[in-house]
Amino acid sequence: MRKSLLALAAGLLLAGSVSAASAADKLKVGFIYLGPVGDLGWTYQHELARQALVKELGDKIETTFLENVPEGPDAERSIEQLVRAGNKLIFTTSFGYMDPTLKVAKKYPNVHFEHATGYKRNPNMSTYSAKWYQGRYIQGLIAAKMSKSGVLGYIGSFPIPEVVSGINATVLAAQTINPNIKVKIIWANTWFDPGKEADAAKALIDQGADVIMQHTDSPAAMQIASERGKLAFGQDSEMIKFGPKTQLTSILDTWGPYYIARVKAELDGTWKSEDSWGGLDSHMFAMAPYTNMPDDVKKIAEDAQAAIIAGKLHPFKCPVIGQDGKEIECKGGDHLDDGQILGMNFYVKGIDDKLPGK
Amino acid sequence: MELIEAIILAVLAASTPLLIAATGELVTERSGVLNLGVEGMMIVGAACGFAGAWLTGSIFIGALFGIVAGMLMSLVFALMALGLAVNQVATGLALTILGIGLSGLIGAGFVGERIAPAVHLSIPGLTDIPLIGRVLFGEDAFVYFSLALIISVWWFLYRTRPGLILRACGDNHVSAHALGYPVLRIRTFAVMFGGACAGLAGAYLPLAYTPFFIPGMTAGRGWIALALVVFSSWRPGRLVVGAYLFGAVTILQLHAQGWGVGIPSQFMSALPYLATVIVLVLLSRARTGGSTAPAALGTVFVPDR
Repeated sequence: MRKSLLALAAGLLLAGSVSAASAADKLKVGFIYLGPVGDLGWTYQHELARQALVKELGDKIETTFLENVPEGPDAERSIEQLVRAGNKLIFTTSFGYMDPTLKVAKKYPNVHFEHATGYKRNPNMSTYSAKWYQGRYIQGLIAAKMSKSGVLGYIGSFPIPEVVSGINATVLAAQTINPNIKVKIIWANTWFDPGKEADAAKALIDQGADVIMQHTDSPAAMQIASERGKLAFGQDSEMIKFGPKTQLTSILDTWGPYYIARVKAELDGTWKSEDSWGGLDSHMFAMAPYTNMPDDVKKIAEDAQAAIIAGKLHPFKCPVIGQDGKEIECKGGDHLDDGQILGMNFYVKGIDDKLPGK
Repeated sequence: MELIEAIILAVLAASTPLLIAATGELVTERSGVLNLGVEGMMIVGAACGFAGAWLTGSIFIGALFGIVAGMLMSLVFALMALGLAVNQVATGLALTILGIGLSGLIGAGFVGERIAPAVHLSIPGLTDIPLIGRVLFGEDAFVYFSLALIISVWWFLYRTRPGLILRACGDNHVSAHALGYPVLRIRTFAVMFGGACAGLAGAYLPLAYTPFFIPGMTAGRGWIALALVVFSSWRPGRLVVGAYLFGAVTILQLHAQGWGVGIPSQFMSALPYLATVIVLVLLSRARTGGSTAPAALGTVFVPDR
């Protein structure tokens, strides 16, 4: 009995080493996720991209992901764990992984890192992000057209530049349709708490908003808008299931093409540290189908999308007037430059609320 | 007028899961057991509750699934912390981690599905009364049940003999044991009651609050319920005050932001915690003074045979 057990164990060991040997030929690619893969939002979209990657290059690579990794110093351990497991290219998919990623990158110069939405780089660490404000601009046009009350409701997560530039882009667009448009902003101070997001949506609707926009991750706001017969925009992913008669469109994070391109570069040995900040033109994100709106509104949205892709329309075209009535310095020629957008910490004129922390 | 009614309705909805979970934990702690696994039991209750409702199409059966799931989770805790006398704090924390993982596993197949939320009571005539109609006669069953529950618990703890014995176990398990009461069995029942309540509170979220399931959707409500029990100094009456106050400030700060009162939102988000802590501390100072924690709370009891 004991002998056969030993033989079995030896056999298993052998099998294990064989599969490890064949795996060694493949490039190992690792992912660090902020939420659970089933969050239907931010992490889910990264997971879809990983699946697309496996579908495209599955015979050459092996992927691993760690989900629910908290942001901050603790993430370092998880990233290092992926390095030790032999991953040669590691995607860390949230802003808060910036410093931990950099630290691990400096420690392992032969491993390549890709950090989402950050600004710190290293010869072996790239950053990538998307110009979501372009999508927000299109949503602003639609919202102003569709709103009967002239009041838009906006659920923000944290008052960081990415979110603030989204609010400003929305308002600037809406003002081109209705100069008197009002936007009510509620900060949830969380990226993910369905209950609180639902409460915020209820509060906005109770205060007269009839189009709800969100920069938080769950479909709760969409669901509430649907229950109350209002309109809403999705976030990160397709949320039309939660509001078949409610969703106007949604900004879809489509990381797939980028991931495939970067892994191909790694396989070819042409990987370089880069800063990729892609917009609608480079397919870093996409707009969900324009639904629940009349054809003329749909046309406005589609025309704006085409103009943005063609480079004819810039959401932050000068002059941009700040809340205090003063014109914002125009550093990018005829529009604000990337640095101004990436560090945006002011509201534009027409928002009668105070930016937290200002 | 309509806005006030809408706010009160939102407050009741936001407070109910906290009240139900905290009621269960209050009974558990009154028996001398500190179960820090409320969050874990809640999230498993949410996953199983949604699964039950989705599979059967019945909110009631979904709620039962949630209750049973929470109870099973609490039995794991009882086995470890009472049966094997493992440290209660560590076991409770482990239960939360287990629950978060387990709920993701159970709920994985249900992410993205929708159900019809729990129906609200509707009595022609009464429900239509302005301002108070929908508040008093237009809630979902969970809201009424949560109030019935806390009243029953108050009556049980202070007006019945078994309630007295349960409190005795929490204050001095050695004496209770010497008097011949089965301390561990009583505590097991108390832990199971806590689990059932946490499971139901968790199930409330996907069944009535936001009718879909997403991993992690309890988002820390279990921890708030735990804190409420402590700050209510283990008294059912104050627990009701605390839970509704917390819900009310949560909703009001959202509305205040919408009105644009110009107070930093970070402060507003902290306000429910601040307000609840201050009011409950003042309440307990005004009446009794000092701590009223069950004396044997969190201590391990191994009966000598």
